[in-house]
Formats: sequence, C-alpha cells, structure tokens
Amino acid sequence: MIPTIPQSRLIRATYGAYVALFFLYLALPLAVVAIFAFNDSQFPSLPWEGFTWDWFFGDERPKIGVFHERPILRAIGTSAFVGLCVSLLSVAVGTSNAFLFNRYDFRGKGVFYVLMLLPLVIPGIVLGISILVFSSTVANAAWNVMEWDIMALRPGLLLVILGQFSFITTISTLVIATRLQKFDRSLEEAALNLGAGRLTAVRTVTIPFLMPALIGAFVVAFLMSFENFNTTLMLVGSDAPLTIAMFDRLKEGSTPLLNAVSLLLMVGSSLLALVMIAFQRK
Amino acid sequence: MQAAHRLGFVLLLTPLVLWLALLIIIPHIDMFFVSLRERVGVGEYETSLANYRTFLEEPLYLMTFARTAVMSVLATALTLLIGFPVAYYIAKIARGRVRSALFLLCLVPFWVSELVRTFGWMILLRETGVFSSLLQWAGLAQGPVEMLYNDAAIMVGLVYTSMLFMVVPLVTTLDSLDDAVIEAGYDLGGSGPSILREIVIPHAMPGIVSGSIVVFMLSLGNYLTPIMLGGKDSLWFTELIYSQFIVRFNWELGAVFGFMLLILSSVIVWGTLRLTGQTLEKTMG
Repeated sequence: MIPTIPQSRLIRATYGAYVALFFLYLALPLAVVAIFAFNDSQFPSLPWEGFTWDWFFGDERPKIGVFHERPILRAIGTSAFVGLCVSLLSVAVGTSNAFLFNRYDFRGKGVFYVLMLLPLVIPGIVLGISILVFSSTVANAAWNVMEWDIMALRPGLLLVILGQFSFITTISTLVIATRLQKFDRSLEEAALNLGAGRLTAVRTVTIPFLMPALIGAFVVAFLMSFENFNTTLMLVGSDAPLTIAMFDRLKEGSTPLLNAVSLLLMVGSSLLALVMIAFQRK
Repeated sequence: MQAAHRLGFVLLLTPLVLWLALLIIIPHIDMFFVSLRERVGVGEYETSLANYRTFLEEPLYLMTFARTAVMSVLATALTLLIGFPVAYYIAKIARGRVRSALFLLCLVPFWVSELVRTFGWMILLRETGVFSSLLQWAGLAQGPVEMLYNDAAIMVGLVYTSMLFMVVPLVTTLDSLDDAVIEAGYDLGGSGPSILREIVIPHAMPGIVSGSIVVFMLSLGNYLTPIMLGGKDSLWFTELIYSQFIVRFNWELGAVFGFMLLILSSVIVWGTLRLTGQTLEKTMG
C-alpha cells in the first residue's frame, strides 16, 4: 500500500494508530524518567508529591541534587575525558583507514576490509574480556622478565579507552569512508596542477570536503563512548565512568537523583545531535 | 613519486594493522590460549580441554547458553515484526516534513544511554511503578502488580533497546524501492499480501539481514537489560561471563564462556548471511 493506491479508510486508520502506538512505546520510558526527576519524593514512582528542583540543585540531605553530588559529577568528568580520547583516536585512525581503502589497491585489501568490520559482530563483553586477558598477559610478562609493574595495563582508564576505541573505530571509518567515496578526485588534481604539493592538496581541498563527516564521526564516537556499558564494565578500574557509577547506584535502589542525571544526559546528547545536524546541513 | 606513494601507503596501513592486531586479533588468540589452560596447582597450568568439559557437563551453563540464544533469536524476530510496518510507513507513506520528523523521533531514544532506557522501563513496570498504579486506580487490579523481573520484561527491554538498529536499515532499503514498481504490481493484479511477499520483502532483504544481525548481536551480548529487568531465574550468558571473570576470578572458565558466545554469534551471523545470499561487506559496509 502506497498513497497513490486507494485503500479503505479502516485499514489506513488502523495503520496510523499502530504507528502512533509505536511512537508512544518509544517515548514512554524516557518521558517517565524525565517527569520523575521533578517529583518531590524519595522514590521515582507514583504518587506524585509535587514539583521540585531539589534533585538538581538541592544541597541538603536527603535531597542532594546532581550539582552537589560529587561522585556523580566526577563520573561525568571521567566519562567526558574518556569520550574525548576515544573520539580523537577513532576519528584519526578512521580517517587514515578511509584514505587507505579509498586510495590504495593492495593484496589482501578484501581481507583487511572484512577484519575492519569484525568488531561490529563481536559482542562488546567479549571484546572487553579479550583485551583484559591480553593486557594482563603483557603486564605479567613485563613483570616476570624485567620486573616492571606496568599499572596502565591493569583495569583502569587506559584499558577503558582502548576497549571502546577498538570497536568505535569501525564506525568512524565507515562514516568517513562513505563521504570520501563521494569526493571528486579531479578537484585534488586541479590543486596539484595549480602547483600544490600532495599534502597541501589533501589539507586544503579534501579535508574541508570531509569536514561534515569528521565532525559527525566525532560526535557519534563521543556519544557511543559516553553511553557504552558492556566493554567498559569489564575493563573499569577505580575511576568509574558515568554509566558504571549509575549502574552501581541503581543496584542499591533508585532515587530521583538518577532521574535528574538521566534527564541531563538526554538534554546533553540531544544538543550534541542538533549541533551535528546543523553541521551536516551546511 | 613512486617512493612517496609507497611511504603514504605504509603510513596509512600502520594504524590499521596496529589497531586490528593489538586490540582485536591477538587478544582473541590470547583468550583462546587461556581457555585451554587448566589450573593444576598454584601458578601451575597444563594445556587441556578441561574447561570446555566443565562447560559441557554443567547443565546450568548449557541451559543458560541455549536460553540466551533462543531468546535473542525471538527478540530479533519480534523487533523485525514490530519495526517493519513502522519503517514501511516512514519510507513509503509519510511525506515531507512528517517523514523526517518521524525518522528523527525513531533515533531520539538512542541518543541516551541504555541504562537510562532500562531505568525507564523499571519505573514503568515495577510493583510500585506507573503501570501498576494506573491499573489499581482504574480498578483493574486489587493490589500492586509486579510486572518486572520476568522474561517478558526482558523481551520488552531487548526489543526497545534494539529497535533503532532495525528501523534505520529498513527505512534505507525501502526508500530505494520505486513506488512505480509497487503500482505495477497492483496493475498486474497483485493483492496487498502478494505484493508484500513478492516485491517489498525481497527488495528489503539486505536491510532485513543487516538489521537482524545487529539486533541479534546486541541482544546476545546484552548485560544490562537481563540483569535489571530479569528475575532470579532469567540468567543471561553474559552474566556468567561477568561472574567468572570479575567475581570468581576464574579467567580460564570465563574465557571458555567468552569463546562459546563468540562462536555462537559467528555461526548464526554466518548462517544468516549464507541463507540469504548476502555478504558482511554488503550488509555492514
């Protein structure tokens, strides 16, 4: 059924209702999370006790708001740091990969391409444990052979960053490669004809063309890193990123504080997404 | 020029090789070796298949393994069934502004972390939750109703979490189907169901396959949803991996579990690709 083919009104109405119901299903969990952030009660549940901002700005027990809750603020900082490192690394390697697959023909290219896609079909938790096992093998070897204790290879932020980087790079490679494919190489040749060196041509012609994809890949990588749970769970040390910190809280029981953090997350990621869309439009 | 070309090639190849070798390939090989280790004394190990035998001989492990696989397949099928009509609506029926708005709305829930989404379902479904209160208020239930901590709740959560990864590829492939082809189907006397079966679904196949693979992978490897929404009996295989690695510190058995999960997902992904005649490059790349 398409609009140009007449359909009975009943079928169309039912279909429309189904789609409406679907979007209600999508919106419902997020809506309740957001609404209960303003409930003046110890628990994020009915009955509604009245409206309050305390879960954001409150500074007295039992209602300490997000902006006065140090562990949560620290976890947000940790997540942001990890996210920035992962985004920078994965966009850099992703760009390099995109150029490699776009500009060079070499033996084993097909195999490398499939290998590059592989992290998408490995469960995140398996990626996490394999990196955990390998890094501890290396650390143990370093200790046995040279008596070096490499703390960075024990669970902690470096491993979290590497673990997230290991699969987010695939995504940034795909995003950047798609845009690079649309690039008209005669533009670069024109720059070469006008006397530019190869690197100058790439820097002044190709990179500006890639900019929307680079920014898009950066934002997507940041969001994916920020909300990653499975891989992070296996590699985390004492500095917990936000998702892990929230998970630990949630296990102990929930307060509207978690709703408030969640609402801030929703607002933050929507803003980031809007920024990305604005850049894409240009 | 030739030398510069080679230099550029080597410079671009290095990050790729380092990334794949150090973070993907060698760690998995190392994990495989650990899974073959048997602890015979303090700090003493022997190569054997003992850990794999433990996995095969313990009914709880095998049951959980099978349950996780079956439930993931079920979640994938449900996501496809629920998502397909919506994707079709967005791609073929909605127009202009409405269309882009609906598409964007589909993406919104996934800009927030999975933890927040699961938390939302907990608020809705638990004994003191929104649904339970509404039912009591409407007089449909006498006391509080617990809807959390069962397999149905896990299913709702899994389908919710993966919906985006089904709808987006479906919209993309359905979008490329020319309306004229569907019209031609009607002109040639086809009915709604036969057109769906013979024109729309075959055309959408790449989208269906890539969506299903991703959803299956996400469900199989999910940890949060089963642990937060599931009950005491609804153990998920990832929970076993976590407990062997982090709680019991039995890395050898944990590595076996990790490997079994990897094998299961590879076999199913590979089988789906073979059955539908697709390749990984085409569906993912």
